[in-house]
Amino acid sequence: MGSIHLKQVTKDFGDVSVIKPIDLEIKDGEFIVFVGPSGCGKSTLLRMIAGLEDTTSGTIEIDGQDATTTPPAKRGLAMVFQSYALYPHMSVRNNIAFPLKRAKINDDIIEEKIASVAKTLNLTDYLDRKPGQLSGGQRQRVAIGRAIVRQPSAFLFDEPLSNLDASLRVNMRLEISELHKSLNTTMVYVTHDQVEAMTMADRIAVFNGGIIEQVGSPLELYNNPANRFVAGFIGSPKINFIDIEPSTIDGTCSLGIRPEHIEISTTGGQWAGKIGVIEHLGSETFLHVHVDGHDTFTVKTSGDCPFKYGDEIYLSPQKNKLLHFDATGKTLPNIA
Amino acid sequence: MATTNSRALARLMLVPSVVLLLAWMLVPLCMTLYFSFLDYNLLSPGTEEFIGFMNYEFFLTDPAFFESFFNTLLLVGGVLLITLGGGIGLAILLDQAIWGRNYVRIMVLAPFFVMPTVSALVWKNMLMNPVNGLFAHFANWLGMTPIDFFAQIPLLSIIVIVSWQWLPFAALILLTAIQSLDREQLEAADLDGAGPFSKFYYIVLPHLSRAITAVILIETIFLLSIFAEILVTTSGGPGYASTNITYLIYTQSLLQFDVGGGSAGGIVAVIIANIVAIFLMRLIGKNLED
Ligand SMILES: Nc1ncnc2c1ncn2[C@@H]1O[C@H](COP(=O)(O)OP(=O)(O)OP(=O)(O)O)[C@@H](O)[C@H]1O
Ligand SMILES: [Mg+2]
Repeated sequence: MGSIHLKQVTKDFGDVSVIKPIDLEIKDGEFIVFVGPSGCGKSTLLRMIAGLEDTTSGTIEIDGQDATTTPPAKRGLAMVFQSYALYPHMSVRNNIAFPLKRAKINDDIIEEKIASVAKTLNLTDYLDRKPGQLSGGQRQRVAIGRAIVRQPSAFLFDEPLSNLDASLRVNMRLEISELHKSLNTTMVYVTHDQVEAMTMADRIAVFNGGIIEQVGSPLELYNNPANRFVAGFIGSPKINFIDIEPSTIDGTCSLGIRPEHIEISTTGGQWAGKIGVIEHLGSETFLHVHVDGHDTFTVKTSGDCPFKYGDEIYLSPQKNKLLHFDATGKTLPNIA
Repeated sequence: MATTNSRALARLMLVPSVVLLLAWMLVPLCMTLYFSFLDYNLLSPGTEEFIGFMNYEFFLTDPAFFESFFNTLLLVGGVLLITLGGGIGLAILLDQAIWGRNYVRIMVLAPFFVMPTVSALVWKNMLMNPVNGLFAHFANWLGMTPIDFFAQIPLLSIIVIVSWQWLPFAALILLTAIQSLDREQLEAADLDGAGPFSKFYYIVLPHLSRAITAVILIETIFLLSIFAEILVTTSGGPGYASTNITYLIYTQSLLQFDVGGGSAGGIVAVIIANIVAIFLMRLIGKNLED
């Protein structure tokens, strides 16, 4: 079991309100990712769930029990920190054994559990080393091992991969996803890397300035963002925004169109533009097109793109993919 | 080539200070060594003669030697125990977010700035005096007989005074070490179900091991040669109950203008200090590595 229910949860540091009232229901076994720009309160909320930070108001329920004032150890959650927070003077074995020993578990059982965790995480050869003698990825695995050995009802991850290099990050991403599939335990995962968010999450919660802008599956957020902020935050390369004269029909103030939903033509289209930088990624190509009277547009096209710098082209959006936003940034139904 | 050149030049320019330092250290040591083999008393000048190991024999067979040797160890050990125990406690307290923390930290440091003789006098006359001292008044108020500290428990009294002087030093070093502890480790331990005692024992204490080692080594060097506090309070008495090696050298030789005997005592003290140092480095020196 590992359902977490946040009800009107807030957090103030002094007179700064960091978490505005938040409601969120995290289901048992779900992989939920918190994303958002730096300083929007993701870590703070995660630490409140863990019990490391007091809750100013509202209630946190874990498995249906009010756990708002329960001490961290009694919540049955495990956390993996960005800095790993391994105990530097203990061997890997003792690091993993630490929570079990505190729980006064029989030594034989501890040995057994360590062996099985080490096997799962490929740490068997490193059990007698100190954390200082491990690579970043190995340390990360030890931190995860220390978390899973307790069989918690939910895992909390705070940007666990941000200290790793790009290729290792991809590997660890897969490993964590695989772990989630095999353990089937609730995972709450904080990141500001949206690729991690999109690839790993069952559901994503997009944070902005202490509130949740939208919660939904990755594709829901991508295809039907609730507002301009979510549309701009999810998706890489970023969505193109076009400010227009406020529409008299439904009050549309701006439009959004994703780079892959723009058609290119050499003969005619809605906007005329001049190609700036071209980014060849092999399988696809990103064109940065300067359009008169607008910002630069990013357009995604196939890998075998025939254009070169300075070419004059025409762009047209796929009408049914256009997103309409009102003056407050809220998404309006597409009436096209 | 430039680097070889400049390195040679640098060495050349270092020579004067190195020579000066060496001379400063070696000349007195050699002279002490030389004097320790002479029958050399300032009361009968001009009669110096070589007497071999007589001075050493005289010093080492003195019945007071072993007593003061153990007193020295007790004094060093006792002060270390109190300053480390108290220092860790104080450091943890000062690390908490209490009101006016910065002022408290400065106040805690104050005893370290008081000269040994002055603090010994204050303790002797204002606190530990059996008639007028604060402790005596307190004992009377409780209806108990006041303790005559320097007569009944002379060595312990001196240990207390010296500990009071060194406690701030230990506390300060340990405080800086505690402040460098990664807070996330403590939070991880919180989540792992460690109570305050486990957190202290398994996380804080190992983190402090290096600082504790430094405190032990530095304090030992100074505590082996405690002198002023003994001179001011008990003069080594009653009997030899509060005499340490340093003070013994002073009474057995220098008070009698016996330069030869004093030098022999000094060399013995140097050897003891080295034995203690080697012993300590063996025991805890590995904490300072890497
Ligand atoms: N102990 C504290 N005292 C005061 N303000 C704090 C404290 N901790 C965090 N804050 C503030 O709360 C806000 C949210 O911080 P938080 O660490 O939750 O951001 P975040 O979303 O995790 O950002 P990042 O992606 O950079 O990690 C920040 O503006 C930060 O300055
Ligand atoms: Mg954060």
